[in-house]
Amino acid sequence: MGLKMRLWMLISAVIILSVISLFIGAINIKPSDLLDWESLETQIFLISRLPRLLAIILAGAGMGIAGLIMQSLSRNKFVSPTTAGTLDAAKLGIIISMMFFTSMSYIGQIMFSFAFALIGTFIFMQLLERIKFKDVVFVPLIGIMYGNILGAISTFLAYEGNMLQNVDTFFQGSFTLVVSGRYELLYVAVPAIIIAYIYANKFTVAGMGEDFAKNVGLSYRAVLNIGLVIVAIISTTVILTVGIIPFLGLIVPNLVSLYLGDNLRKTIPHTIFMGAAFLLICDIISRLIVHPFEIPVNTTVAVIGSAIFLIMLFRGKAYAKK
Amino acid sequence: MIEIKGLSKSFGKKTVVEDVTLKIQAKAITSFIGPNGAGKSTLLSMVSRLLDADTGEVLLDQSDVKKMKSDAFAKRVAILKQANHLNIRLTVRELVSFGRYPYSKGRLNKEDQKFVDQALEYMNLTDMQDKFLDELSGGQKQRAFISMVIAQDTDYILLDEPLNNLDMKHSVQIMKILRKLVDELGKTVVIVLHDINFASVYSDRIVALKDGRLVKDGPTHEIINSDALREVYDMHIPVQVQDGCRICVYFNSHN
Repeated sequence: MGLKMRLWMLISAVIILSVISLFIGAINIKPSDLLDWESLETQIFLISRLPRLLAIILAGAGMGIAGLIMQSLSRNKFVSPTTAGTLDAAKLGIIISMMFFTSMSYIGQIMFSFAFALIGTFIFMQLLERIKFKDVVFVPLIGIMYGNILGAISTFLAYEGNMLQNVDTFFQGSFTLVVSGRYELLYVAVPAIIIAYIYANKFTVAGMGEDFAKNVGLSYRAVLNIGLVIVAIISTTVILTVGIIPFLGLIVPNLVSLYLGDNLRKTIPHTIFMGAAFLLICDIISRLIVHPFEIPVNTTVAVIGSAIFLIMLFRGKAYAKK
Repeated sequence: MIEIKGLSKSFGKKTVVEDVTLKIQAKAITSFIGPNGAGKSTLLSMVSRLLDADTGEVLLDQSDVKKMKSDAFAKRVAILKQANHLNIRLTVRELVSFGRYPYSKGRLNKEDQKFVDQALEYMNLTDMQDKFLDELSGGQKQRAFISMVIAQDTDYILLDEPLNNLDMKHSVQIMKILRKLVDELGKTVVIVLHDINFASVYSDRIVALKDGRLVKDGPTHEIINSDALREVYDMHIPVQVQDGCRICVYFNSHN
């Protein structure tokens, strides 16, 4: 199958899934209802369904791109915002800002959590440079341990501050609370993804290693830092609006890499649409499985994602090592 | 011409390269030889700016390489380190295209495409240009990387142990290609080699290092003799002439 064809199939999948996503939910909305501007259905559609759809697409595409960049820069197929402490660092930042800077504005909170995500990921990349034993599986294990240490600090702080329950609800990846006025921060991911595409060639070259990058005259450090900033921006916006979406950043780029390789100029468009499609499917399942109620999307993502991840681990260790 | 002046490098307390001064002759193959830990790769890395020297300088046509802009330098000198373990999934053509990065920043114009086509053609890779690197054998992979360096179109090509992990047939193939690059395209090639006989048969000049110091530097026939080699390797290395090639027969040597 041609690559253009595959991309069009992904785009069509996203469109079809979007339509499905728009018309399922507790209240049954028919397309004909939308003709009446004043109707309740139209209001729900505009305030809840449409924002939800946009949030899913942006979060799915964004997390896919964040994972893709991390895998390229760390030269490890199993590194992603979930397995490198990025999400845990962002979470820690939010908790600290909520607890110790209660008067901080929303923007202040965002910047605070962004700074934590950036520094947290940077520390992991530094750690990666220092360890000599760079086994494909060993590296993400270190990342998960590192993330858990950050997570333990978060939990401790939340416990001390008597806000454990708040925190749990806050970070539970879910689109239930996504309504108009509560998700717009996610639009910040759009320029981040565009910048990622502009830098695609640079990331690919940097992904071949520092020596290789220097040989063709690329300033490796600068590209690495730009990559980390993009990852931190996307992770922060997603975590603040939707919560933690695990695995997506790990699986989607790997699935794309399997048939398309690691040239980011080629893989970024596919990753965007596959990420969106993957999250749309998970969200639709979450909403249908206990209809008219729904389960948090991160539960569905975790179940489907970990299954795919296990298959990748068993079948793909040879592939990741190549 | 590349001039190396008083170059030194230490890692912690260990001095790896100590006060090395030499000139690398243009349009010739120069091989760096010497025992393990002699500092050959470190020296090559400093010449290609991958490593900063502690003291000393490297001059490329009289100008200090440290002061050159990175893409200007990338158009003059290409370095290929041991790249066989690189685990990125690119097609051969994509890899070779990145050789044009210093010129095009990844947006290849018609002229860049022509260079890529020629580089593929030169390395006999045109048929497999759309294959992924991980589908290639070690020898094909090495050829793909050298093809990238050719597309980079630099006067100087520096290679760190390009024969590593290659069998005899592919080693000979690679060395013949390097010879052609010098004889046909007028490139200057500098290689770190472990196999002294490949150095003897294919290089114009040999630079021998030992414990970070320069011990020999001269035309191949002056270095490939038992007396000179004893100084480098501390062992007796008989040299026989076979079909006009000076071959070291050290496999059964007694001090």
